[in-house]
Amino acid sequence: MELTARGLWTIIHGMGFGALYLLACSGALVELHRLTFSSTPSESTPAQTRFLKIYLFTMAALAWAAVLTGAYVVYPWYRAAPPPGTADLTMFPQRLLMSSPTTIGWHSLGMEWKEHVAWFAPISITMVAFVFARYGRDLVHHKQLRAAVLAFAAASFLAAGIAGFFGAMINKSAPVQGGQVIYLTEGAEK
Amino acid sequence: MSTPNPVTSPNPQSLTNGSGAAAILSAGIGSFALAVLAVAADKSAFLKSILSFYKPTGPLSGVTTAAILIWLLTWVILETRWSIKTVALGRINLVAFALLALSFLLTFPPIGDLF
Repeated sequence: MELTARGLWTIIHGMGFGALYLLACSGALVELHRLTFSSTPSESTPAQTRFLKIYLFTMAALAWAAVLTGAYVVYPWYRAAPPPGTADLTMFPQRLLMSSPTTIGWHSLGMEWKEHVAWFAPISITMVAFVFARYGRDLVHHKQLRAAVLAFAAASFLAAGIAGFFGAMINKSAPVQGGQVIYLTEGAEK
Repeated sequence: MSTPNPVTSPNPQSLTNGSGAAAILSAGIGSFALAVLAVAADKSAFLKSILSFYKPTGPLSGVTTAAILIWLLTWVILETRWSIKTVALGRINLVAFALLALSFLLTFPPIGDLF
């Protein structure tokens, strides 16, 4: 069982930071929804408030890590231009997708949207984390702030979901490959 | 035409909503700036070239870096002005959500390509 260095970075970017962020979103949305729409807003304990603050800032860190590794580590490999006359495009995912009418949409729609929309996730969740840290338990007295925080958290989830979906589908059609080969385990005969 | 001032009353005695409003509106503005820059860089060879801060990533590096700077700068300015004030948050929320929704639409290629 082996893996290339570029493949490993793609896993760190997508399944590490990205998927973990999407998982964390579900927990944050449930808690923020409870906080926003509870008919009798109960006072959270200081420990619960502190936990949610740490949780939201961890989400912000994950979102930033996902977009930064995506834009500055994986994307340059994705968009690398092949030397003139290259026939085998497997090492050049963008050109590979663009070489066929059945796959070009994954680039012209999927990647073109993903590479920009993904950034709304860290911007939104950083705002959410800041507002929660600033107001904490006092957020109970600010209905409109709670509504805005919930809406931006949901938008952040949507942005990350779009980016994650297209990232997975693009990597399925034209995986980012190359670099040092990392051997995970030796194969065993059946 | 003069626009009404969204600042309704200063209230330094309690935790006002100004700081939260500054964060919310700047997030909307930052997202919209990113979408506008992305569309502009796609249409203009000149912008595409000057926004290629990091060649391997291309114009995406400049589009996102510039948008983040706009977002943070806006946030600092609004925070400085509103942090101890109570503002008309309903209207600010509406503007911020509208900007965010437009940002999603503008970055969607079939819509961005209309410009």
